[in-house]
Amino acid sequence: MDILDLAFMQRALLAALLVGVTAPAIGIYLVQRRQALMGDGIGHVALTGVGLGFLLNTSPVWMATAVSVAGAVAMELIRWFGRTRGDLALSMLFYGGMAGGVMLMSLSANGSNANLMTYLFGSIVTVSPSDITTMCVLAAFVVVVTLGLRRQLFAVCQDEEFARVTGLPVRLLNLLIAVTAAVTVTVAMRAVGLLLVSALMVIPVAAAQQIARSFATTFALAAALGVLVSLAGTTTSYYADVPAGATIVLMAIVLFVVFTALAAPLARRRARSTTAAAEERCTLEVPEARAPADDVRVV
Amino acid sequence: MERQPTEPVVSLRGGTASLGSRPVLRGVDLTVRRGEVVALLGANGSGKSTAVRAVVGQVPLSAGELELFGTPHRSFKEWARIGYVPQRTTAASGVPATVREVVSAGRLARTKLGWPRRADREAVVRALELVGMADRIKDPVAALSGGQHQRVLIARALAAEPELLIMDEPMAGVDLANQAVLADAVREQVAAGTTVLLVLHELGPLEPLIDRAVVLRDGCVVHDGPPPEAVGQHALPGHDHVHPHAGPAAEPIRTGLLT
Repeated sequence: MDILDLAFMQRALLAALLVGVTAPAIGIYLVQRRQALMGDGIGHVALTGVGLGFLLNTSPVWMATAVSVAGAVAMELIRWFGRTRGDLALSMLFYGGMAGGVMLMSLSANGSNANLMTYLFGSIVTVSPSDITTMCVLAAFVVVVTLGLRRQLFAVCQDEEFARVTGLPVRLLNLLIAVTAAVTVTVAMRAVGLLLVSALMVIPVAAAQQIARSFATTFALAAALGVLVSLAGTTTSYYADVPAGATIVLMAIVLFVVFTALAAPLARRRARSTTAAAEERCTLEVPEARAPADDVRVV
Repeated sequence: MERQPTEPVVSLRGGTASLGSRPVLRGVDLTVRRGEVVALLGANGSGKSTAVRAVVGQVPLSAGELELFGTPHRSFKEWARIGYVPQRTTAASGVPATVREVVSAGRLARTKLGWPRRADREAVVRALELVGMADRIKDPVAALSGGQHQRVLIARALAAEPELLIMDEPMAGVDLANQAVLADAVREQVAAGTTVLLVLHELGPLEPLIDRAVVLRDGCVVHDGPPPEAVGQHALPGHDHVHPHAGPAAEPIRTGLLT
């Protein structure tokens, strides 16, 4: 295994593993809440953080985390208090974040276009040892939240009004989802890039729910698929010399198509094995049409 | 069992609320005493749904006082004492979930942020047994009929073993066979001492259980007393009535009038 002897590939594969687990783990709640594109929005905002990191000469990953957490909290606040034009407020945040990032990057001394590209589309083989440490810490936070509070987060995302009446701290849990999504974006940023982060949050979940019947199975399967495509995509990018982020996302889409194709025959097999009643044909006799009581005819 | 309907479990006095700029409740008094079964009746848009959503704190009151179990609503914390069945939404959530997973969410009123214990898992199974859905515990909710889905939502409310059950149109879009099962489940709860407040479009199979009916019209209480007789019920202003003439296994014809 020569690729495992290379330090940068070891780091790349570890980064891929972390991204593969964390992105679907928080993504499942966003999909359940029909906010599949929230990750995309946070990704746009995070770019301002990256730009700020370059300008202030601090770690772009930590700055991106801080700014995207602030952006995610702002989005959640807009969702609470926002009236009818909440979507406009959100688009201001998205495009402002993207434009701000490009602007700050160009103002900073070492913020070249090449640097911008590595954050927009990912550059998993350039992940540094300090990046890996940061990613491990952030990924641990995401896993603890998404697994430890899975029952509560499920309830909030499934039926928010009911969850409020059970007395759960729904606002706090919603904020936690937003913050966790933001942290996940920065974990995945180096691997697949800010523009493709949302894909890893959504596509493994979408693929898993084609064949899963429970939330727990969807969760486990989505995380497994996330790890599979991240590791396979990273390895392929090394041998075929293609961009890792794009390879990972395209592989995920292929898996989604395969699972969708599998869904129909699988559902038929389940129907056959579970309901013997389906074998029984209709036995009721349909009564003949009854003549009206006052059988009046026009002659 | 002799009921002593004395202690008010829900006490709403002069409740007003508006959705947007439209006033929906215009000074509603609603009292539910321990052990009572109270039906909230009225035409579409009369404010009956808004009234129960105000009681569970999901619609802010612009004026009036609300007490739950003798505690002012703002400082009320014991939500596990209330089981809430919201009006059924047809939009299923995007991610698959089993009957057990959905009903377990109701038990969070007791477990809160903690982990479920064995007693909590047993309560979930018991709640499903009450509505006759225990054999479907592993099935995905997406595979259920409308009536079965409604039974699962009621089981979710019962999972917390509440003292007060609040249901918003539990019979809407439910076929007659499922309505009978639901009525039996509610009857068992009432026999066990549970207080019930429910929004109904028509009395239906629950009629014999109902102690008191509160009729709303344009956000005001126009009747508070014994449930109106069948004739009186039909004579309610704005009452649109669809008779489900189809067989017991068939869904009633959905005209959109009942929703």
